[in-house]
Amino acid sequence: MPDWTPPTQVNLVDLGFMDSRSKLIDLAAFLDRVQRAGQEGDFRVQALKNAIALLSQDQPQRAKDVLLSFSDPSSTPVEKAAMQGAIGAYKK
Amino acid sequence: MNYIEPHGHMVSRTTDDYERMAIAGCQAICEPAFWAGFDRASADGFYDYFRQITEYEPKRAAKFGIQHYSWLCINPKEAEDLALADDVIALIPQFIDKPGVLGIGEIGLNKNSRNELKIFEQHVQVAQDYDALVLIHTPHLEDKLKGTRLIVEALKNFPKIKPERVIIDHVEEHTIDHVLDHGFWAGITLYPESKCTPNRAIDMLEQRHAEQIWMNSACDWGISDPLAVPKTMQAMRQRGWTTEMIQRVAWDNPRKFMGQCEKFKL
Ligand SMILES: [Zn+2]
Repeated sequence: MPDWTPPTQVNLVDLGFMDSRSKLIDLAAFLDRVQRAGQEGDFRVQALKNAIALLSQDQPQRAKDVLLSFSDPSSTPVEKAAMQGAIGAYKK
Repeated sequence: MNYIEPHGHMVSRTTDDYERMAIAGCQAICEPAFWAGFDRASADGFYDYFRQITEYEPKRAAKFGIQHYSWLCINPKEAEDLALADDVIALIPQFIDKPGVLGIGEIGLNKNSRNELKIFEQHVQVAQDYDALVLIHTPHLEDKLKGTRLIVEALKNFPKIKPERVIIDHVEEHTIDHVLDHGFWAGITLYPESKCTPNRAIDMLEQRHAEQIWMNSACDWGISDPLAVPKTMQAMRQRGWTTEMIQRVAWDNPRKFMGQCEKFKL
């Protein structure tokens, strides 16, 4: 495989700040909305809150850690597929 | 700039999509056999589906100057029914020598069940018997991590299957290293909601220096975007990627992987 040429440096904050800001406010509003509706006990909302806590770490592997926090940690196959789809968060 | 769409379920797309992809620079589309959005009642449904992806779709693509290739299997969503799976696997030899068929795929796991794993291993055996390339689907969302690990484990029982002839698709930040570090190719799927955005894909490509990775839209019957690859190429440009490096991901890499099958000519 030929050598890797890194991209020329661009201002990634210019490129991504407004989009991230918007997604963060959307997330905040979602938490407000489910709380007002009394639905914050849902395990998926709890999973989101657990994942949010991982954002304040120092290492640049937040995306990986968030994905790991939503994942089924077990390692043996299940006896039978009870459904076809997935939910997005592992129910303990 | 020209590109290859290495994973598109064109049976679910309109002819307008072929036209838009051609205008965007798509030169070849590869269509893995997958779920049709509903469970088929019998192997006859798969017989017709295999005819569709090996005979009819190549003609539809050719009208727009696009080459069309395909992969064969019963997908993991329908593999919980072992009798049906056996009947479908028995159809593969009739189709595997057709001109555009590249290998076995997209096999893999969906809910990480014992039956899915059993049928996955049967398919890998077929690939080993025919010395075919393998394209693997990893499960969605919370099931992906476990499924990816089970798949990598299971492949260790097939010493004749070379990792560089296997692509494990739909990787994300928590699975990509496991796949690449075992010598397999990795596919990144650009899916609006459930998989990966262009920026996340580019992050992973940069982390792994774009080696043994392709990206695809996996456009199908669900919410998906057949132009996700060219849109990501544009995002690469905005992030300072050179034309050569964009071409490596969108063209050279899929060409290198699929070129291991002599039927792939591009
Ligand atoms: Zn697919």
